[in-house]
Amino acid sequence: MADKKTEAMEKPRIGVFVCHCGSNIGGFVDVPTVAEYAKTLPDVVYATDNLYTCAEDGLSNIREGIRKHQLNRVIVASCTPRTHAPLFQATCESAGLNKYMFTFVNIREHCSWVHMKEKEMATKKAKDLIRMGVARARLLEPQEEAKVDVTPASVVVGGGVAGMTAALSMAEMGFPIHLVEKEGELGGFVRNLNNLYVTEKSAGDTIKPLIDKVKANKNITTHLNSTLKSVEGFIGNYDISIGTKGAEDQKHKVGTIVVATGALEYMPEGLYGYNQYPNVVTLTEFEILCKKKTLPKLKNVAFIQCVGSRGQVKSYCSRICCNVAIKNGINIVDNYENMLGLMEKAGTVVDKIPVEKKATDEIMERRRRRRGRERGEEGDAEEVKLGPSEKIEVTIFNRDIMAYGVDHELTYNKAREKRVKFVRYTTDHLPKVYMEGNQLMIAYFHETLKLERTMPVDMVILSTPLVAQPDAGELSQLLKVPLGQEGFFLEAHVKLRPVDFATDGIYVCGTCRGPADITEAATQASAAASRAAIPMAKGYVQAEALTSVVDENKCSGCGTCMQVCPYGALRKNDKGFAEVIVAACKGCGCCGATCPEGAITMTNYTDAQLMAEARAALEEEV
Amino acid sequence: MAEAQHAIPQVPPEAKGVGQWEPKIVGFLCNWCSYAGADLCGVSRYQYPTNIRSVRVMCSTRISPHLVLDLFKAGADGVLLGGCHLNDCHYITGNFHTEKRVRLMKKLLEDAGVDPTRLRLEWVSASEGEKFSKVVTEFTDKVRSLGPSNVKKDETVKAKVAAADEASETFRLRALVGKEFNLETKGNVYNNRLDKAEFEKMIDLATKDEFERSLILVLAKGKPRSVKELGKIMAVPTDKVLRHIVVLRQKNLISMEHSEGFTPTYRTIEIGGEQ
Repeated sequence: MADKKTEAMEKPRIGVFVCHCGSNIGGFVDVPTVAEYAKTLPDVVYATDNLYTCAEDGLSNIREGIRKHQLNRVIVASCTPRTHAPLFQATCESAGLNKYMFTFVNIREHCSWVHMKEKEMATKKAKDLIRMGVARARLLEPQEEAKVDVTPASVVVGGGVAGMTAALSMAEMGFPIHLVEKEGELGGFVRNLNNLYVTEKSAGDTIKPLIDKVKANKNITTHLNSTLKSVEGFIGNYDISIGTKGAEDQKHKVGTIVVATGALEYMPEGLYGYNQYPNVVTLTEFEILCKKKTLPKLKNVAFIQCVGSRGQVKSYCSRICCNVAIKNGINIVDNYENMLGLMEKAGTVVDKIPVEKKATDEIMERRRRRRGRERGEEGDAEEVKLGPSEKIEVTIFNRDIMAYGVDHELTYNKAREKRVKFVRYTTDHLPKVYMEGNQLMIAYFHETLKLERTMPVDMVILSTPLVAQPDAGELSQLLKVPLGQEGFFLEAHVKLRPVDFATDGIYVCGTCRGPADITEAATQASAAASRAAIPMAKGYVQAEALTSVVDENKCSGCGTCMQVCPYGALRKNDKGFAEVIVAACKGCGCCGATCPEGAITMTNYTDAQLMAEARAALEEEV
Repeated sequence: MAEAQHAIPQVPPEAKGVGQWEPKIVGFLCNWCSYAGADLCGVSRYQYPTNIRSVRVMCSTRISPHLVLDLFKAGADGVLLGGCHLNDCHYITGNFHTEKRVRLMKKLLEDAGVDPTRLRLEWVSASEGEKFSKVVTEFTDKVRSLGPSNVKKDETVKAKVAAADEASETFRLRALVGKEFNLETKGNVYNNRLDKAEFEKMIDLATKDEFERSLILVLAKGKPRSVKELGKIMAVPTDKVLRHIVVLRQKNLISMEHSEGFTPTYRTIEIGGEQ
């Protein structure tokens, strides 16, 4: 802006626009009196009241005022800046006034609406608030917003389902992507799994097309056995170095970063005989055994849910284990030949277990009708083959079963039909796993019968939660993004910005931000990819002119500001003084309040402005 | 417009004692939580006393002790700081630093003889509109019960608050309190984490020192004073006053004068500082 300097140097000419907001303000504050009072304040050359300042005639009133009275500061006293500041700022700009020369005074939410029974006092307060606004406005300076170019390339950390999906989405948009995977193979946690719930397909077959696509995409450079070694810079301009085992570190420049480092399964040492008795395994270990087909001969299988989660060791619910246990319960019943170690004789076993006969015809008929309704069919439905409960017993000990969503409840019903038993326990009576001679046993309290019971089992499968990667802390420090209390990455806003970090340019998806199944991880990954693509497609970001400013005359180069900045937005320059990286600074002002030399202040929120505004509150109305 | 006026029964100003003393309270509210909470409070029409005048800041961490102590110096009866709940800060760790700074402010106010409860720090989230009205009502009542700030009528208290303000601006206190949170949580360059209680004790000692030194400078500004005289006004043993003066002379902040007899007096150097 050419006249930037002259604007600041000119004597302030302030215009004050006081809004009635219909009767929202006008009903409880004497608005015309307030506007008259505003005229008496220093440097105020024009003041008026509008019925609705945010309506078109109110806005044109502002534009006209700026032209007619050569206003170089505008104050609107109306509602809250949190909703209406952008509108009035844009109006100022359209009349040629820098948007940072605008001051908002809130006399609705903070005055008329909260002092509805005291018109006189509310009017006095409104005058005080405007006096404060004028004190601030007199010290305003025009600001220029910094434009920062964005390198149209991204790095995705983690080559699981989430990482691959994000990488592929961005690559298909045409951005070069570095996909960094710690292991020697793509696929992540899913590589452990046997099959996936809702689908019947094996896990490997399900994700193979995704892996193939990633490998075939020319825009994706996959770095296996690699980690992110260092990250310097800020949105649009990250200098990263990727360390690969047995190779030299590679340096690349990227504009955005997507974190998809996944999670691990919790190892329940010391719980329910884990690592103490044979045949006590975790859910994932069981999947691996199934996949390798190296299961022992089983007749009686027990699952215990919520092992180590929901307050036992970890505070949270792992969200996916109910569905995984139900799926495995069904698998066991459906593949009982394998489970009984009778694989070879499979053909002969089936006849011997006439499961259908176990229920009366009447009950069977009722079940068939219900299944039919669930599928939206009328009349007779196809019979579901029931499990041979005489041969195989599956019991799922649970606190609650969470089969949320469209298909999962049906799967749960299917498991019940296949005679998978669901036995509830409470935290007052946890099941106990112990050995009686050579026999693995479970003792539990039957909540319905109110009885202690015991049951011999061949295998106990413990459903443990997904837990954060142990090295998530290192990555969080490298990227300067926060972790939550349980060590998962913490998004910018729990509801509205679920895949952003508060730091611009860094995004998160998949199980590294909390337990999720593949569907959810893929959804998040697509979301993160599209969020990351915004600055890359645009080519630049505009930083709000609300940043720290260092006065080199005062700076002693002590580096305290660099320690407290949550965004790494300060660095030392060649002269040894602190320097603000404008694009990375979010304007919180921590460094300003910390700097031992008082060398840092914030643009648009300078010490002088804040003090003038606050001190004006203490003055008496004249 | 008229309808709305009729709908709400107005409390006559006399009932509120207009013309009588009303506490002046300044609020600093963070944009993301407390200011938004105050907005919601308004939208929900929760009523509270009219005494508070709020200033919007981006984060409570922006509030340096100087901003607050300056207001007390100017005669504020109460100051309310509003931030996000801990761990919910829009700027990750901002409010943890605020907590540390508020601790220092309260210590300095106490040293200066101002009731530290005139300063309040509250966490109000964007969804806690009702809480905001409760906090403001409670705090206004509290400040009203304390009466007008003693800064306005007592010159010594005024000098002491000025000294507290000066002390909060010293390199030593700003650096100590600025680094406090990081040293406590992340440790120092040797990866040693400092014990919280021990570090607070250290800061308290430094606060006392810096406050007394600043007070000497305030008292001896334009008026040369002897050690004995200073000790008497400050209620500090003379040997301690002398030790402070040695430090202040090293920093070139105070000069010695032999105005009368053998008793040396000291005068604050108006433009001084470490060489």
